[in-house]
Amino acid sequence: MNFVRSHILVCTGTGCSSSNSPKIIEAFERELKAQGMDQEARVVKTGCFGLCAMGPVVLIYPEGAFYTHVTPDDVPEIVSEHIVKGRIVQRLLHKEGENAEKVTSLSDTRFYKNQYRIALRNCGVINPESIDEYIGTGGYEALGRALTEQTPQQVIDAILASGLRGRGGAGFPTGRKWQMTHDAVSPDGVKFVCCNADEGDPGAFMDRSVLEGDPHSVIEAMTIAGYAIGAHQGYIYVRAEYPIAVHRLQVAIDQAREYGLLGKNIFETGFDFDLELRLGAGAFVCGEETALMTSIEGKRGEPHPRPPFPANKGLFQRPTLLNNVETYANITWILNNGPDKFAAIGTKGSTGTKVFALGGKITNTGLVEIPMGTTLRTVIEDIGGGCPNGKKFKAAQTGGPSGGCIPASLIDTPMDYDSLGAIGSMMGSGGLIVMDEDNCMVDIAKFFLEFIIDESCGKCSPCRIGTKRLYDLLTKITEGNGTLEDITTIEELCEHIKQSALCGLGQTAPNPVLSTLHHFRDEYIAHVVEKRCPAGVCKNLLHFVIDPGKCKGCTLCAKNCPAGAIMGAVKAPHVIDPNKCIKCGACMDNCRFGAISKH
Amino acid sequence: MPNVKTVVPYNGTPEQEARLRSVIAEHKGQPGATMPVLQAAQEIFGYLPEEVQIMVAEGLDIPLSEVYGVASFYAQFTLNPKGKYQISLCLGTACYVKGASDVLEAVQQRLGIKPGSITPDGKFSLDACRCIGACGLAPVMMINNDVYGRLTPDQVGAILDRYE
Repeated sequence: MNFVRSHILVCTGTGCSSSNSPKIIEAFERELKAQGMDQEARVVKTGCFGLCAMGPVVLIYPEGAFYTHVTPDDVPEIVSEHIVKGRIVQRLLHKEGENAEKVTSLSDTRFYKNQYRIALRNCGVINPESIDEYIGTGGYEALGRALTEQTPQQVIDAILASGLRGRGGAGFPTGRKWQMTHDAVSPDGVKFVCCNADEGDPGAFMDRSVLEGDPHSVIEAMTIAGYAIGAHQGYIYVRAEYPIAVHRLQVAIDQAREYGLLGKNIFETGFDFDLELRLGAGAFVCGEETALMTSIEGKRGEPHPRPPFPANKGLFQRPTLLNNVETYANITWILNNGPDKFAAIGTKGSTGTKVFALGGKITNTGLVEIPMGTTLRTVIEDIGGGCPNGKKFKAAQTGGPSGGCIPASLIDTPMDYDSLGAIGSMMGSGGLIVMDEDNCMVDIAKFFLEFIIDESCGKCSPCRIGTKRLYDLLTKITEGNGTLEDITTIEELCEHIKQSALCGLGQTAPNPVLSTLHHFRDEYIAHVVEKRCPAGVCKNLLHFVIDPGKCKGCTLCAKNCPAGAIMGAVKAPHVIDPNKCIKCGACMDNCRFGAISKH
Repeated sequence: MPNVKTVVPYNGTPEQEARLRSVIAEHKGQPGATMPVLQAAQEIFGYLPEEVQIMVAEGLDIPLSEVYGVASFYAQFTLNPKGKYQISLCLGTACYVKGASDVLEAVQQRLGIKPGSITPDGKFSLDACRCIGACGLAPVMMINNDVYGRLTPDQVGAILDRYE
């Protein structure tokens, strides 16, 4: 093995790959050769660093210099300055805000300082396509110890003691699930372990990043789970829309088989376990556990009522343990560091950490992992760097289409299962979409309903028909035809759907509506009574007006109006005819004097 | 999303049909084989016309209704051929709050088609998708395997012009 002086870590997660990181890797390899440094420095392709907004990102050790927004054109300079001469390229260092000082090291950034990485511990650190690097960080030790020194019950007891709860959404205690599946009796002794990697919440991508950045942690945890509950076959149900994750999982499974860490007689203990990938085909409802298993069986992914619970009758009618990717990613850390250490992080009812996908109107979009109980304020203001362009924070949506919003007035809410549930939102899988003053809450509720209508499997009528009727009522309101009775009808309908839908997705579908109604009722009232959209989003309720004092009569707006709705003589104030106006906003975009406003 | 029976005549080649038959033979008798086979079939033919569904049903010895049920249930399966350039515009939450619907509108105007359809010359097909996981770059659009991020409606024309 030859030793190298520098390691150049380049993110190859989906975010950075989309912003051209493969070209940067090529450039580094070419340039290192050209400058005779290819024996001194090595390029490492890693998983996601988390700070997707600053991508593509490059981290160079041993200095720990963190370069952001790198282009292939920057590479020759990085090699000649940093690698050859040992001088850090100041202009490419990460900068927090316009006038802030440059930060050299990744761990000093405000983005990382408040984080505690357990599930993401290896993401952006190791090469996900190398099992040796995973083993080098202590990988597969927990499996070896479990198989050779512990009984299945001891493993389950450790998970129970850690207090770990399911990271997929509902927060069911993981240890209890393992215990139930362990205790369940299978008629022919066959049980299964499944991994839910069908990340359905549009706006959440932590599972994808774990699979892309650290696939072995999931494989090792599933093998341990197989030992604990007595299963010999596992399935990972992963979205086909995640090609990089699918590829790296397959590479990791093949490597583990080659090393004897999957397959027959693992660690020569006589324990057999193997894994198979199953590709999901784009159905949100397949994130629901019973639907997911129906889908693995090759059928339409429709849920069925529980009980029987999967722990007793799951995949192919056998006892089945199903956990989500992030849950599995915590398992080996707990077994290696002890359940007490895990339980000491976070709050009493919600131990450990949670990964959130920060998206929407926030400066530092990306993945963050924080101890449970960290306040939303810390996430938004410190880690996220606030809303861009000086806009005011209005609300954050957690839990995706099943969750609810947290208004600015509740920004000090601790992020844990119980506190979020208490204010009508939910943890969900960890999507955290930030909205500013320009987002209309009625429109957002309508957006989520449109999603649910699209994705409803159609098996039960409360979800199939009820959500459609809810959507129609909201459309009526956003088009300016709503009445106060409609709001009452909406609330009644929401309650009916919650009580009567078949599966978790249907039962939670009304949540975004109920939660925006609860926290932003005045905005609904403004749409209904004043026929006005306070955020200026709902087109039918907008009015464009020219301020005669500011208008210079340049005619630019009239020339750009596609509807011919603007009249006026040259050098005289113009006027918009509201009957002809189609509210496209072209006039406002073209006015050089800021004379046109919408309200 | 609309997923209606195609009007384009079937023109599968004997090579394609032979490849499908070997995939079917590989999976026959395995539990849960329908989806992997349909995924492979779509990879081979680009879409799942009735003729292909019949081959899968007969090959796996399951009712055609079951194959059609699965093919029409999942968003990944398409019963219509796709364009030479497949546009998927993300309408996930992160993209939506950052103005993805305005970008979609610009694409629709430019191409004169709605999501779920294809231009008459077969060049572009347009789909609205839910989250490709690049939320950090919102709003995002994919054309075949190229990803375009941080989009504004006025960039759409120049991007589409690159595809001949």
